[in-house]
Amino acid sequence: MTNRVMTVLTAACAFFAVGILVLILGYIAAQGLSALSIQFLIDTPKPIGEGGGIGNAILGSFILLLISSLIGLPIGIAIGIYLAEFGGRGFGNLIRFIADTMTGVPSIIIGVFVYTLILAMRDFAPDFPQFTALAGGIALALIMIPIVARTTEEMIRLVPVSMREGALALGAPQWRVTLGVVLPAAASGIATGAMLAVARVSGETAPLLFTAFNNSFYTYYIDDPVSSLTVQIYNYAISPYPEWHAQAWAATLVLMTLILLINIVVRYLTRQKF
Amino acid sequence: MNQTPIAARPVVADAPRATSEATPPKISVANLNFYYGKSQALYDITLDIPPRQVMAFIGPSGCGKSTFLRTLNRMNDTIPGTRAEGRVMIDGQDIYAPGTDVVALRRKVGMVFQKSNPFPKSIFDNVAYGLRINGMSSSKNDLEARVEKALQNAALWTEVKDRLKTSALGLSGGQQQRLCIARALAVEPEVVLMDEPASALDPIATQKIEELIVELKRQYTIVIVTHNMQQAARVSDLTAFFWLGKLVEVTATEKIFTNPNQKLTEDYITGRFG
Amino acid sequence: METHRLLDRDLDILRDRVLLLGGETETALLRAMYSLVERDSAAAREVLAGDDEIDQLELEIDRLCIDTIALRQPAARDLRFVISAAKITPILERIADHACNIARAAIELNDEPQLKPYLDLPRMAQHASSMLHAALDSFTSGDAVSARAVIERDDEIDEIYNRVFRDLIEMMVNEPHTTARAARLLFVAKHIERIGDYVTDICELTVYMTEAEFIKHSN
Repeated sequence: MTNRVMTVLTAACAFFAVGILVLILGYIAAQGLSALSIQFLIDTPKPIGEGGGIGNAILGSFILLLISSLIGLPIGIAIGIYLAEFGGRGFGNLIRFIADTMTGVPSIIIGVFVYTLILAMRDFAPDFPQFTALAGGIALALIMIPIVARTTEEMIRLVPVSMREGALALGAPQWRVTLGVVLPAAASGIATGAMLAVARVSGETAPLLFTAFNNSFYTYYIDDPVSSLTVQIYNYAISPYPEWHAQAWAATLVLMTLILLINIVVRYLTRQKF
Repeated sequence: MNQTPIAARPVVADAPRATSEATPPKISVANLNFYYGKSQALYDITLDIPPRQVMAFIGPSGCGKSTFLRTLNRMNDTIPGTRAEGRVMIDGQDIYAPGTDVVALRRKVGMVFQKSNPFPKSIFDNVAYGLRINGMSSSKNDLEARVEKALQNAALWTEVKDRLKTSALGLSGGQQQRLCIARALAVEPEVVLMDEPASALDPIATQKIEELIVELKRQYTIVIVTHNMQQAARVSDLTAFFWLGKLVEVTATEKIFTNPNQKLTEDYITGRFG
Repeated sequence: METHRLLDRDLDILRDRVLLLGGETETALLRAMYSLVERDSAAAREVLAGDDEIDQLELEIDRLCIDTIALRQPAARDLRFVISAAKITPILERIADHACNIARAAIELNDEPQLKPYLDLPRMAQHASSMLHAALDSFTSGDAVSARAVIERDDEIDEIYNRVFRDLIEMMVNEPHTTARAARLLFVAKHIERIGDYVTDICELTVYMTEAEFIKHSN
């Protein structure tokens, strides 16, 4: 009897959560589809009444995610490996504490921090560009690193000791055990952690406001200011124009779809081969 | 490999005496004390293991038999805070002497674990792992030949020869354990340590492993830890009984199971413990 | 809850049965000798009738030993006990057979006049049965020292046997008409002498059981 009550209760909670999610997604889809078109996905922003699109924002988001992943994932994974395999009590715990604290720092603080750094640079080199894609990527990478580090550590710890011992007993040195046996065994878990981090930063707006800023045009240069979906959504959403509001919904729909696609692709690439 | 059912075992004379006179021991341990941090796990162990015989370690859980086994290839080194005092000589070389090449030691003294621990790789790559790590094959053909030989020695070749490239994790428990034996044999060890190799297997798979052990002693010196006294009786030539970190007695297996020297051993063998 | 070794119950049953068989065998021997000395053929027939029970007991112990080995896998001391019990049982059965043979001889002899007062034969039998009793005691208590002592006592039986042998041969030579009866008595003496040897075997098994040492054929 109690068993049934518990089943019903937990199932109800699950349905509640899923229901909210479906509602949000449905609402975004309903609001966003009206403004969505091929042209919208290609065009650059235009003044009110002239249409315009988010093509440069999509590209900008990709550039930012690429830069942040290239910087954040290797460093984060390396820290995770260090913590799991070599990080002992003292120094390891210090790093863990710092990583956990960083995870809790509001992302706008990270943006301000990178911005302050750039201002300091400009004191020495007045030509140093104030807003760049690189700065935005670094800010996002700083958010990714602690998340990736901690999930990587957890995933590596999940690899059974017996597997390491099997390799050590064959005469493998520690570093080869880590690279050749432990990492492959933890790969899908690490990828999941990386994916989580990418998904997390792809939704960030605040740190980009001070770093990548915005750009109304297509750009491929990492030393240029760059547009991004989130900043674009923010700008449109706080505007007084219903047309831009609709465009913000459409951009939100695109952003969510992109995150979903990233998820699917990464899952496919890191699926358990053995 | 030709597997004959375990037939009558050649009579082993009272072993310690016989071996010290005839062939020198493969492994000779003298006054070994072992510590996990401050707590002592092994007390003054002195024991000779003759070449090309099977020695079984028996004793209640926590008696130190597994710890002792792991001192023979310095696997305990991987556990922080452990310390060994005394001498462990293999072929007359003290393996705890400063400057000992632990990698070479572990190649010479292979190990098979309680829980089968294949790497998340293909069957072939599992067996090839140690060969690659140790740079033991000169060419692709040589590597393939060595892998085949190891699988044959582990009596697994006919079962897997058509699916070498498939995941090792798809094998049955008994096959996985024989794969781990093949992996250990591939690097051409002289001693094979087995830590309860059949404790997680069903009776048929256990029997296969036991037949294999008896077959392998023609080429290798085998030391096996087992909780199953009947298994010790079936496969070993010599049996060592450990209790509370001390070696109570070591003698010919048939003697220990019909007339052990020590009352403590007899109480354990006959289930009168506690 | 306190648990007991499953094996212990089996070993207790086995020990009881072997003791029972030993007791029955000892009784058979004593009754057979009684029927001879007291010329009581009815007692002799009782002995013969009781042999069936002894045979059944032997089969039961065989089964117990096989089951214990198959199901409980005894080791060390326990294994030696079961093996010893399995080997002692047929020896006891053979002693009982000898008792039956003595009883048959008694029936024959009781139909004829007594050849001479029985003196040495009852002494021999007394000796053999007390050895058997002591052997069974040492087996149950696992006492190798007393088992070895029992083995020593077999010499006395052999000594009496040799004397009886000489006496009876002498009688046969001097009084040929007594030959048939004397020969029967000689067989009785031989049966008792054999029983002494069997008791020695039991004691050797007791020594094996307690000390894991084969003393058979060692001298």
